[in-house]
Amino acid sequence: MNIDHFKPAIVYTIYIASTPEKVWTALTSAEFSRKYFSGLAVEAELKVGGAFIVRTPDGSVHIAGEVIECDRPRKLTITWNVNWPGLVEMLGPTLVTYEIEQAGEAAKLTLIQAHDRPISDDILSGGRAGWPAILSSLKSVLETGSPLVIKMEPPRRMLAALKQMGIATP
Amino acid sequence: MSKPEFVYITYIETTPEKLWEALTSSEFSRRYWFNTDVKSDWKVGSPFALVMNGTTTDVGEILEADPPRRLSYTFQHVTNEEARKQPPSKVVFTIEPHGKLVKLTLTHEGFAEGNKHLDGISKGWPAILSSLKSLLESGTALAIPPSALGIEGFE
Repeated sequence: MNIDHFKPAIVYTIYIASTPEKVWTALTSAEFSRKYFSGLAVEAELKVGGAFIVRTPDGSVHIAGEVIECDRPRKLTITWNVNWPGLVEMLGPTLVTYEIEQAGEAAKLTLIQAHDRPISDDILSGGRAGWPAILSSLKSVLETGSPLVIKMEPPRRMLAALKQMGIATP
Repeated sequence: MSKPEFVYITYIETTPEKLWEALTSSEFSRRYWFNTDVKSDWKVGSPFALVMNGTTTDVGEILEADPPRRLSYTFQHVTNEEARKQPPSKVVFTIEPHGKLVKLTLTHEGFAEGNKHLDGISKGWPAILSSLKSLLESGTALAIPPSALGIEGFE
C-alpha cells in the first residue's frame, strides 16, 4: 500500500521509563493490551503485509488492518480500520504509526494517526480523546505494573457525525 | 484551518490536590521540569516566572487560579530578543477527577501566526508532563536528556 498521500491528523508523544523493546511488546501483544486498552486484545502478525487485529473481550473483531512498515523496535505502521459498517467506505483507511526512540534512560513513543483525505474535527474527537487514555495507561503498566482504569465512551459528537454519514455505530 | 495551539491530555493516578501542588511548587517542578523553578504567589494578577538552572526563561502573569481545578497564566519566552518581541501566549491547566484518576488537560494557545516558539512548546510539554506523571505515580521522575526533545538550542 502506498502511504505517501496520508497526512498526520493526530500526533501524541509520551515518554516512558522503559526500553523501546518493552514498549514495542506492550503495543503489539494481547497480554499487555488487555490491561491498558479497555480489555481489547491486539493480535499483530509482525511483518509487512501481516494481519493486524484488535478483538473485543468476546472475540469479535473491533479493528482490522494490515502491517505496512515493521522495524522492530523503532517503527510500526499499520492500517487501523474500526469495524463499523460503512466507515472505511466513507472515511478511507486510517493509518497508525508508532515511532519509538531511546531518550536517555527512557523511551519516547510518538503516535501518529494519518488519513488520505480531510477528516472533520467531530470524527477526529474520537482519537483525540482515546489515544491519551490508552497511552497514559500503557505508560502506567510499564512503569508501575498497574494499568489505569479509565472509563471512556466514544465522544457523542463523533457518534453523531458518523451517524449523519450513514456509518453504523454500536 | 486549525488554530496555532498545543493541547495535551494525560491521565494520572493521583489526587487533584497533589497535581495542583506539583504544578505550583518549585520543589516538585525541579524534579520533573528540567530543573526549572515555577515562581509565583499564584494569585490572579501576580507575576509568574520559570527559572531554569538560575536563568529566567519565561515570564507571565497569573490569569486564573482556582485550586485544585484550573490554573492559567500568560507565557512569554525571554531568552532571546526575537522571543521577547512576540506577544505573550497563554497556558491553561484543567484538572478534573476521572473515576479514581485525575485527567490533566494542558492548552497552550494564543500564538501569533508564525510564532516559532510553538514548535518548541509542542516538543517540550510531552516530556515535562510525562515526567510529572511518573513522579506522581512512581515517586521517580524521568531522566530525559534535553537533546532527546529535538528543540533547537535546548541541549
